[in-house]
Amino acid sequence: MVNAPTAVTALLPVLLLALTGLALLLVDTIRPSERSNTSMAVVSALGSLGALAATAWLVVSGTVGVDAGAVRLFADTIAVDTMALFFVAIFTSVTALVVVAAHDYFHDHANPAAFYSLVMFATTGMALLAVANSLAVVFVALEMVSLPSYVLVAFLKQNRGSVEAGMKYFLVGALSSAIFLFGISLVYAATGSLLFGDVAEAIGSLDGLAGVAGLGIVMIVGGVAFKTASVPFHFWAPEAYEGAPAPVSAFLSSASKAAGFVVAFQLFTEAFPVGASLGANIDWVLAFGILAAVTMTLGNFAAAVQEEVKRMLAYSSIGHAGYALIGLAALSAGGQANGTVMGAAMAHLLVYGFMNTGAFLFVAMAERWGVGRTFADYAGLARRAPVASTAMAVFMFSLAGLPPFAGFFSKYFLFQAAIDNGFVWLAALGAVNSVISLYYYSRVVKALFIDDPASPSALDAIDVRPTALYAAVVFAAVATVLLLPGFGPVIETAEAAASALF
Amino acid sequence: MILEALIAVAFVSALVVLLAPNEWAGKLAFALSLIPFAGSLYVWSAFDGSGNALTGGDIAFRTQIEWLEVGGRSVSWFVGLDGISLPLVVLTTFLVPLAIMSAWTPIDSRQSQFYGLMLFMEANLLGVFTALDFFLWFIFWEAVLVPMYFLIGIWGGPRRKYAAIKFFVYTNAASLLMFIGFMSLVFALGDSVSSFALPEITQAIAAGDLSAWFGIAPERMALLAFLAMFLGFAVKVPIVPVHTWLPDAHVEAPTPVSVLLAGVLLKMGTYALLRFNFTMLPNQASALAIPIAAIAVISVIYGAMLALAQKDLKRIVAYSSVSSMGYVILGLVVFTEYGVGGATFQMVAHGLISGLMFMAVGVVYNATHTRMVGDMAGMADRMPITVGILVAGAFGYMGLPLMAGFAGEFFIFVGSLSAPALPYAPVFTALAMFGIVIVAGYLLSAMQSTLFGPFHLETDYEVGPAPFHDVAPLAVLLVAIIVLGVAPDIFFEMIRDAALPVVEGVNING
Repeated sequence: MVNAPTAVTALLPVLLLALTGLALLLVDTIRPSERSNTSMAVVSALGSLGALAATAWLVVSGTVGVDAGAVRLFADTIAVDTMALFFVAIFTSVTALVVVAAHDYFHDHANPAAFYSLVMFATTGMALLAVANSLAVVFVALEMVSLPSYVLVAFLKQNRGSVEAGMKYFLVGALSSAIFLFGISLVYAATGSLLFGDVAEAIGSLDGLAGVAGLGIVMIVGGVAFKTASVPFHFWAPEAYEGAPAPVSAFLSSASKAAGFVVAFQLFTEAFPVGASLGANIDWVLAFGILAAVTMTLGNFAAAVQEEVKRMLAYSSIGHAGYALIGLAALSAGGQANGTVMGAAMAHLLVYGFMNTGAFLFVAMAERWGVGRTFADYAGLARRAPVASTAMAVFMFSLAGLPPFAGFFSKYFLFQAAIDNGFVWLAALGAVNSVISLYYYSRVVKALFIDDPASPSALDAIDVRPTALYAAVVFAAVATVLLLPGFGPVIETAEAAASALF
Repeated sequence: MILEALIAVAFVSALVVLLAPNEWAGKLAFALSLIPFAGSLYVWSAFDGSGNALTGGDIAFRTQIEWLEVGGRSVSWFVGLDGISLPLVVLTTFLVPLAIMSAWTPIDSRQSQFYGLMLFMEANLLGVFTALDFFLWFIFWEAVLVPMYFLIGIWGGPRRKYAAIKFFVYTNAASLLMFIGFMSLVFALGDSVSSFALPEITQAIAAGDLSAWFGIAPERMALLAFLAMFLGFAVKVPIVPVHTWLPDAHVEAPTPVSVLLAGVLLKMGTYALLRFNFTMLPNQASALAIPIAAIAVISVIYGAMLALAQKDLKRIVAYSSVSSMGYVILGLVVFTEYGVGGATFQMVAHGLISGLMFMAVGVVYNATHTRMVGDMAGMADRMPITVGILVAGAFGYMGLPLMAGFAGEFFIFVGSLSAPALPYAPVFTALAMFGIVIVAGYLLSAMQSTLFGPFHLETDYEVGPAPFHDVAPLAVLLVAIIVLGVAPDIFFEMIRDAALPVVEGVNING
């Protein structure tokens, strides 16, 4: 039996997010005169920070913990465990940064209120996805993330690029949702349950239905690939990120991608455990290995040839999905370092959440200034905006994995864990890709600091100092730097959370 | 906690200067950079270490705080000093204020960023020379590259973008190679080490704890790791044939940056070679003694020949650095007390002398706006003090007795003539000595044509003596060079104390 207080406490982060979204929607609908961009942004930032605080409280108070185990609710369809809370922390941090930045980005938009409630609903969906323990809940939560996301991408409805991007995103998303749902139904057909635990038990004794379950799992892998922007369902990402308003790109490429990973990590440990799956000849580890290798390589090479910064970031975000996939691809039946690998991938996603969001928010700032989109358009920006440019340099070097920044540790731990678990080839490929990535990341830094502006008047566009955007970018940069000395607690929490699932 | 304080002061100073207005950023940076210098003098006076930090000696000012754990091994904030690292710390904190002062004239845009980056680099350099945990060391090591990239790329000469990228890519690729080499050693040590602390790893290797990893036998593993690390560090030193980034970087870099690049950054390479290759894997080093000595001698001769062929004063000094670094490698590979000690001493001596040379060439350039040998003549007429110091510095480079360069090279040759670890040691030594003759050749001829004779320079303005703040750092450096040449023992004693365990670590067969 679930008693109500437990349910409320354990789901407090999710509820806070949902209530914030509803409150914003309510004000927007019944008292349109009361809505102001600033108050909306403040309320949504407070809502996501409140959810973050609630998440931290759940861990600190010991309500949910590695020792206490997961809090299971509603006939096991919801399980709040440390891994879920770790990801909720990523979602809420990114959301807070994005809504703060959006305040300045949408300063002259006719109706920004809808933006904030949509972001909050999408975040609610992500948090729900993290705590889901049933395939049905997973699907519903996934749609709850996707539907607001489609609208968000097309939010600038006067802008052709934005609408086109939303349309493409919607079409690919609808297709992959269908595939994912079909996969769920096949798994249900083979195992007779939607609950992760029951599915896992049934996987061990499939008796001739292994083919059906295998096909279902492959389709679910496809759904995961869509959400994480991995090969083969990656091609929507550059279009959507490029066309979408930059804060939305930040939100999708950081939070939404992490949401894809949390569902993948939970599904492939609790519903399709690696040992049982391999026992049933369903080798999804190999599938993820190939996907990881192709995704990181393709993302990196495509990023290297881009001329527009936002598109480069989009492909780089595909590359990073490839790194994080190592968290699944480097697992083995009974592997000693399984928990370490997945924990390292989680820590990488957390660091990535800050550095990638920050990078897209810098692009948002450039769009706000109207300086243009290509590398050449960014030339000399550091002269007018040294602080923001320094922050961008931090993001770029950290994304490339250079040592003084957190990205170095998160990548290093990931590759080291892969080696410990016997997947040297994945680590080697990841390292090679990291080196390649230094080329295109440093192009941004070179443009900002070293290149001369195309014309003396080119910098005149930088006539405003959007305070909130600045604050968000600088905060993300500070977090990216401080996560280097503070990496210990992060990786320990992540490893403990992941190890509990094996 | 004094070492932490030194690094922290440099970091905070960098931030303060970054936010200061351009007009007095240079003065502020100079004043702030005197704090770490004073601190390093205190460290020097209170130094109580003995032996080599890596082989189990007493580490001075040691702090070790656990940071995090990776793959069952702990990473810690572990800093400390021994007789090898202390002179380099003093060198760094001494050169930075002088380099900052020498920047007052040539740097005329975005000053606060320039001086902020200089101080940021100083903080990381101090970290490199004090860190005794691999990860901590590697973070500082890489963090040096970032300010250097900007310093060359923003304030450099006409081809600065090319030079900055070349420097960045070259040294980063080298770092990766070195990283892989070191990591494979750690993996091969397996469970016998519980941390990334360099002393623990060195002693585990010395105790023979290397085991097979991935089917590679321990000896082979050690050899491969040695080669990977040697190549990685060779780029930084640089050693022929991986030296090509250096002339580009030097020529394009503004003078004060060249001073630090030649004075301290190149020493990172030789310091790391000494710490990692020659202290951790002495037997691999002595097994490869002949090829390494050959490379060292080639660096000496070829670097000097290249310098001989140059017309640009800065390029001449840059190539002669390649030549001087060859001596350091030779001193290391002979594995004698005077060889290794002399090599370390030469790092400091060359840091001062090359710093002086770059600075003096910079002062002449400030006045003439050319560095080409053919473009000017008789500069001694117009800038007597600067030229006087430049000539003195050049003689220091040639190894004039009672100057620091003489002491360094003399120690190295004494050590290498009677080296049991290196077959044909006298032959290598004699060949390397020949390099000094070439150095004398190109320096004398370059000076003769530019500094002496009737004054000639095609300008539309009057060339006069350099301002005080240009000449003062030169004079200070010259004094330091002479002091170190007259009384080498102020450093050499502690260096020898730390070098001896390195020499004893090698097993010389027969």
